[in-house]
Amino acid sequence: MKAPSPMSPNTYVGQPIERVEDLRFLRGRGQYIDDIKRDDQVCAAFVRSAVAHGRVRSIDATAALAMPGVRAVITAADFDGPIPTIPFRRPNPSIGPYAQPVIASDKVRYVGEPVAVVIADTAERAEDAAQEVVLDIEELPAIVGMAPAEANEVLLFEAAGGNVASVFVGTLGDAAAAFAAADRVVRGAFRTQRQTAMPMETRGLLAEWNATTSHLTMFGAAKLPFFNRRAMAAMMNLPEAQVDYIELDVGGGFGARGEFYPEDFLLAFAARRLGCPVKWIEDRREHFLATGHARESACDIEFALRSDGIILGARGTLFSNIGAYVRPNGITPARNMVQFLSGPYRIPNIHFEGRGIVTNKTPAGTYRGPGRYEGCFYCEQMLDLSADKLGLDRLEIRRRNLLTDADMPYRLATISPSDGAAETFCDSGDYRSTFERCIIESGWAEKAQLQGRLIDGRYHGLAIGNFIEGGASGPQENARIDVEADGMVSVYAGSSAIGQGTETVLGQIAADALEIPFERITVLHGSTTYLSEGWGSYGSRGTVMGGSAVIDAAQGLIAKFRGAAAIALDVAEKELHIANGVASAPNGRSVKLAQMAGLSCDGSFKNSKATYTFGAAMAHVAVDPKTGHVAVIDYLAVDDVGRIINPLTLHGQVTGAAVQGLGSVFSEELVYDESGQILVGSLADYLVPLATDYPTIRCVSLENYPSPNNPLGAKGAGEGGIIPVGGVVLSAVTAALQSLGVRPRELPISPPKLWALIQQAAQA
Amino acid sequence: MKLAPLDYKRPASLQEAIAILAAHDGAALPLAGGQSLIPILAFRLAAPTMLVDLRGVPGLDGIAIGPGGVRLGAMVRWRDIEDEKRLAAAWPLLPAVISHIAHYQIRNRGTVGGSLAHADPAAELPGLAVTCDATIEIVGRDGPREIPASALFVGALSTSLAAGDLIVGMRLPPWRDGRRWAFEEFALRRGDFAIVGVAAYYDLDDAGRVVDAHIGAIGVSEYPIRLTAAEQALNGSPIDDATIAAAARAACAMVEPQDDIHASAAYRRALVGTLTERALARASA
Repeated sequence: MKAPSPMSPNTYVGQPIERVEDLRFLRGRGQYIDDIKRDDQVCAAFVRSAVAHGRVRSIDATAALAMPGVRAVITAADFDGPIPTIPFRRPNPSIGPYAQPVIASDKVRYVGEPVAVVIADTAERAEDAAQEVVLDIEELPAIVGMAPAEANEVLLFEAAGGNVASVFVGTLGDAAAAFAAADRVVRGAFRTQRQTAMPMETRGLLAEWNATTSHLTMFGAAKLPFFNRRAMAAMMNLPEAQVDYIELDVGGGFGARGEFYPEDFLLAFAARRLGCPVKWIEDRREHFLATGHARESACDIEFALRSDGIILGARGTLFSNIGAYVRPNGITPARNMVQFLSGPYRIPNIHFEGRGIVTNKTPAGTYRGPGRYEGCFYCEQMLDLSADKLGLDRLEIRRRNLLTDADMPYRLATISPSDGAAETFCDSGDYRSTFERCIIESGWAEKAQLQGRLIDGRYHGLAIGNFIEGGASGPQENARIDVEADGMVSVYAGSSAIGQGTETVLGQIAADALEIPFERITVLHGSTTYLSEGWGSYGSRGTVMGGSAVIDAAQGLIAKFRGAAAIALDVAEKELHIANGVASAPNGRSVKLAQMAGLSCDGSFKNSKATYTFGAAMAHVAVDPKTGHVAVIDYLAVDDVGRIINPLTLHGQVTGAAVQGLGSVFSEELVYDESGQILVGSLADYLVPLATDYPTIRCVSLENYPSPNNPLGAKGAGEGGIIPVGGVVLSAVTAALQSLGVRPRELPISPPKLWALIQQAAQA
Repeated sequence: MKLAPLDYKRPASLQEAIAILAAHDGAALPLAGGQSLIPILAFRLAAPTMLVDLRGVPGLDGIAIGPGGVRLGAMVRWRDIEDEKRLAAAWPLLPAVISHIAHYQIRNRGTVGGSLAHADPAAELPGLAVTCDATIEIVGRDGPREIPASALFVGALSTSLAAGDLIVGMRLPPWRDGRRWAFEEFALRRGDFAIVGVAAYYDLDDAGRVVDAHIGAIGVSEYPIRLTAAEQALNGSPIDDATIAAAARAACAMVEPQDDIHASAAYRRALVGTLTERALARASA
């Protein structure tokens, strides 16, 4: 199968076009939120709870208000009526009581929860004064682990009566019957640690209130400006048209940045109350406390197997520590684990339960591949356990269970309660194709001789794992194309840019669809001022959904061009030949699209069928048993993305995500103590990978199986790179240490932790 | 993470700097490269009322190499040490240790005096100073004095310096020809503070036996320590696998590390042995 030929003779799509964004980024000309300044702006600093669980007795701002430059101190007492809560992204019948109030009133439930906002003429003075706000909080017992939380030893929300905020059940076929028929049942319990997405640019916003027009403008939008506008308008009791979100350059999102946070509302509230622009730039220590955490999960699951390694079924429980409140996307990881744990493998009978459990930690949300990374990790470990128990080769058990094109479209587990995406189908592909290509491309046959061997003091290990990446989240994306007075073409898209090259990729798609040079196109995106409605960039949707909407707008524009050209040239529309941005009449006269200033066309793409990129990854590691250090000697990802729009930006996505995943495997962890204090407060303690840490990441991207679900044939590609990393790297480490009997069951496998496991195995 | 308000002075002489520091009786702090102090202030972990910037004080920079050893001025930056190519022959352990300190940006600013005064238990230069019998040159309100490096460090981030004392330089004793040496460090990422680091050197007598072994460790105590038991295991013995193993065992046995969020005490203890063994194996190779 080959990708469909481009819809025009232009061939920007598929070419390694250099990112148009890079010219300004590399020359220091990006415009980030902190570059936006207003003459009359004031700055906010947040007073945050220093205790993990407590009852607010009093807040005394007297001293703070007397400090130089301080304009206001806002607390829950400044609200008439109930404190607004931040919105949920997914409907769910049980999560209502667990919503986060924008500011703490009676209780605080995590270290870092906003209790007061200090507004001063500079950020420094606001921070000085924030230190002088006196909080009297009666400390309550805190609960940080999922097991004691589930046992309701301490209740975070007395009215809710329990700490399990959500339960998702994922079912397929008849799991009970599959287990009854199994030759072998394998059970495993594994854990992944608490992390955060850690974009290099922290959050920041500038809220501007125009009292004359009663209009609020929020600068610093990301990810999903239109949803946030809707939510903000409702919370501010304004018509949607009186709120705008403006997207600037964004230094990384990864799922965390751009969601609706308590600070977002408090800044808008302060701006309206004070009548001047209010700015806030989150600092890094605050980022650790305030921006969404992710990934803290556990599983206790079983696989039912035939003796030949065919998986008959899977069942068990998946746990997600969602922190103190259900934030907008808080329950998504638990939900996704349930639906996507089976990943690229044919598991015909499934019964999983996924629980979202509240604890006294920073509320969690989504982080690149939410629930999918965790689920893939669990699935790959279960496959290793199963292969070992059955005496099968670890690659062979994967080969026997991978989905093939004969399975397509393939139904994944159905989710209950339903959330609009309860049913989903793998769309296209032979999942053995990337697996076999990975075996060849990685030189497995030769490398396998190193498996488990001790060479120069290090144990070598290799593994291959497989993954799918859901993309193209529905329901819709919008675009508009305008021909400008100077003949240039502006393409407006609802997709947001978070550093992934949206302007370049959508420009390529538009150039092909309009048959005009790429250089004539300017892509504008994200801000609510560009389109009446849009969605954004999350769930690997920005390119597929935005690009498809751009194609629709381009086709509409060409049709309008035909109409306008027919009038201009005084011929019938059907007599016109349109190519390369020129409409030509049979009599030789012609008119250019560039001459059609004012011509404009909206477009949209409606689709709720996800795309599924699939792939395999190979890791070759060498473990120093004396230090527990794991060197990643080689890492190779092979994926099939349906249609490659730009191999450079795709390569960047896959490589960057793989490195980010290696940070998850080895070094990043948000550590809490038993009282709910977070012990990590800087990037000296939260160890993200450095450029020098993982020099050998390779990726091969294929386009053999286009998606049938959109006109591009493209599939999402922003998250796939990270999804298999935990699973495949831990498998490689386990393979390396097989002779020592070491089988780690938790991430991260930092050197001290791996060393301890090696010591334990030696003593056993 | 913004600095609290404070005053700033940039004196033009050592006497002036010391007078300001002494007059504030601990409430003023000297600012050298600022690579540790500024983050501390941003985190509001310290609240001095004044910073005394040493950039304008003459005579605190310069690397002197001579028969008496090597002298580093307090304002010598890591970058200056890297750029002084004569050190590779004159005092090879010094640039080897410095290469583990942080990253380019930090090495362009971080200084010898700043690192000594900051006294991080896992920092490389204090470890080198203690291991190698360095002399610390101090000028205080009563004039100049010298102390051995081992007398400078009294606790984590804590020194014996009094208010008004300024470190002005550090001297390393002469380097003998034929000396064997190595530095081994384990950090979670290249450039991070060490989990554990071990510096070692020794000389060989005519019979091929170890004399004057110096071994020290960082990251295992509140301040850098000499691994004296390991030194004793080496001195007087020929250097072979058995001697190295004995020294490594002795090193492990004498340290009392603490747990922290990055590593357990047991792990650090084991690392001391592993790194001592590796350092000695490399030195003897």
